[in-house]
Amino acid sequence: MAQQTLEPTVKVPGATRARGHAPYGERPAIAYLFLSPWVIGALLLTVGPMLASLYLSFTDYDLFTAPEWVGLGNYRDLFSDDERFLAAVWVTTRYVLISTPLKLAAALAVALLLNRASRAQGFYRSAFYAPSLLGASVAVALVWRVLFDADGVVDQALSFVGVHTGGWVSSPRYSLGVLIALSVWQFGAPMVIFLAGLKQIPAELYDAAAVDGAGWWRTLRSVTLPMLSPVIFFNLVLETIHAFQAFTAAFVVSGGRGGPVDSTLFYTLYLYLKGFTEFRMGYASAMAWVLVLVVAAVTAVLFRTARLWVFYSGER
Amino acid sequence: MKARRLGWHAACAAVLAVLLYPVVWLVSASFKPAGEILSSLRLLPERAILSNYGEVLHGMVGVSVWRFLANSLIVSAGSVVGNVVSCALAAYAFAWLRFRLRGPLFAFMIATILLPIHVVLIPQYTIFQKLDLIDSFWPLILPKLLATDAFFVFLMVQFMRALPRELGDAARMDGCGAVRTFLYVVLPLSRPALVTTAIFTFIWSWNDFLSQLIYLNSPENYTLPLALRLFIDQTSETSYGAMMAMSVLTLLPIALFFFAFQRLLVEGVATSGLNG
Repeated sequence: MAQQTLEPTVKVPGATRARGHAPYGERPAIAYLFLSPWVIGALLLTVGPMLASLYLSFTDYDLFTAPEWVGLGNYRDLFSDDERFLAAVWVTTRYVLISTPLKLAAALAVALLLNRASRAQGFYRSAFYAPSLLGASVAVALVWRVLFDADGVVDQALSFVGVHTGGWVSSPRYSLGVLIALSVWQFGAPMVIFLAGLKQIPAELYDAAAVDGAGWWRTLRSVTLPMLSPVIFFNLVLETIHAFQAFTAAFVVSGGRGGPVDSTLFYTLYLYLKGFTEFRMGYASAMAWVLVLVVAAVTAVLFRTARLWVFYSGER
Repeated sequence: MKARRLGWHAACAAVLAVLLYPVVWLVSASFKPAGEILSSLRLLPERAILSNYGEVLHGMVGVSVWRFLANSLIVSAGSVVGNVVSCALAAYAFAWLRFRLRGPLFAFMIATILLPIHVVLIPQYTIFQKLDLIDSFWPLILPKLLATDAFFVFLMVQFMRALPRELGDAARMDGCGAVRTFLYVVLPLSRPALVTTAIFTFIWSWNDFLSQLIYLNSPENYTLPLALRLFIDQTSETSYGAMMAMSVLTLLPIALFFFAFQRLLVEGVATSGLNG
C-alpha cells in the first residue's frame, strides 16, 4: 500500500532532506546488512527476553528447574503478601518524589547563575558537570557512606551547629537522605542541558522585557521559564525514569541489604535480592513488569500534564 | 560592574567548593592513617602516609589489584569497540539508507532507550547461563556488539543525518556504493560522534555495577567496582585506609578522561541530552 512507495510514511530522520533522490534505496538488502547486529540484538536481547520475562512473571522459576505456571500468583503475592515489597515501593516513591525535584531545582538555579557572558563559564560548566561522571561509581557511594556515618564529617558538622542526628547511614529516619544528597550532587548533567536551552532563548525577548520595565523575577517568570519549559520537561522525564531505577548507591550505602529497617530498600535492589540471591526469578520478573508499567504510566501522566505547562514557541 | 562580576565568581566558587569537597576529602583521606579518616574534618592529613596504597597493591582475597584493573579494562575496552562499531553500522542505515521498515524500526529503537533493563535482565541471564558464559566477560561485552545501547545509535543518527547530503551524491557519482560511502564519507565525518560514544561507553561500563555484580562470580574475574564492594562488609575502621586508596585508583581513569575530553563530554550532553 502506502508502504510500497519509496517515500517513508512515518517521519524519520533525514526523510525531508532525502526527498528527491533515493540514496541506495535500490538495494535495501544492503541496509539490512548494516542493521543486522542491531536487529539480532533487538530480537535476541530485547524482544525475546521481554516476552520471556512476561511469561516467567506468571511462573515459579529458580533457574535450575523448569518454570511452573502459577497464573497471577506472583502479582497477588507482591501486593497482598509481601511487606518488604510495599516498603520498597514506598522508599522508591519517596526517593523519586524528593530527589528529582531537588536535583532539577539545583540544576536550574545553577544554570541561571552560570548563564552570563564570561570566559570562565566554560570552566565552571565543566567542573560542575564532573560529579555526574563520578557519581554513578561504587567508589563515590563508599565515600558517601563514610561521610554520612556516625561521627563522620557530616554528623560532626551538624553537631557543631547544634543538630544531633547521630549519623545518617545507620538511622532509618535519615538514611534515604544520604542517597538523595548523592543524587542532588550530580545535578551537573541536567544543568548542562538547561544551560544549552537558556542559550537558545532569543535575546530580543529579554530586550523587550527590559523595555517593558520587567524586573529580574518578572523576566524569569514570563520569559525564561516558559521558553525553557520544553527543556524542563525533557529533564523531568529523563530524571524521573532514572530515579526509579537507581541501584548502585543504595546497594553500597546499605551494604547490599537495603537497611537499616528497609529504609533504603530501593525497588531495583529488592528485585536483585529476590532474583539473584533468592533465585525467585519468576517473582523478580513480575516485579520488573510492575516497574515497566509504573514507569510507562508515570511517563504518560507527565506527557499529559505537559500540555498545561510546556510552551512550544513554534506552536501552530 | 566589577563588584557584580566578583560576586558572580564568588557564587560560582562557592558551588564549586561544595561539589568538590567530597572528592578532595577522598583524595586526602587516602593519605591518612585509618584511624583518622572517619572523624577528621581536616582536609589535609596531619602526616601524609603512603601505606594505604601499599596495602591496596597487596591485593584482596588473594587477587592482585592489577588483575581487577585489567578486568575492568577488558570489559570497558570491549564495550567501547562493540558500541562504536555496532551503533555506527545501525545509525548509518537509519540515517542514510532507505528500507521499508525504517520508520517502525526507528520508533522501536527509540522506545528501547527508555526501557528499564530489569525487564530483560533475568531472561538474558538465563540465555548466558545456557551458553555457559556466566562468570566470563561475554555477557558484559556481547550486548554492546549487538548495539543494545540504543542511546548511542540515536546519538549517531542525529549526527549523521546532519551531514551534507551532497557528499553522498558526490560519492555516488564517483561510483561508491552504500558500503564505500559509509567507510570513506560518513564514518570519517562522524568522528566527533564516534569519540563521544567511545568516551561515554568507557566511563559507563567502568562505573557499571549491576551487570558485573550479576555475571562475575569468582574473585579473579572481579572488576574494580566488585573488588571495592568487598569493603562494604568490612565495617571496621581499620579497612578505611585501603578502601579510600582503592576508591581513588578506581576514579582516576574517569578523572583523566574528564580532563582530556571535558569539552567533548559537556558538548555531548548539551547537544543530545544524554545523561548518566
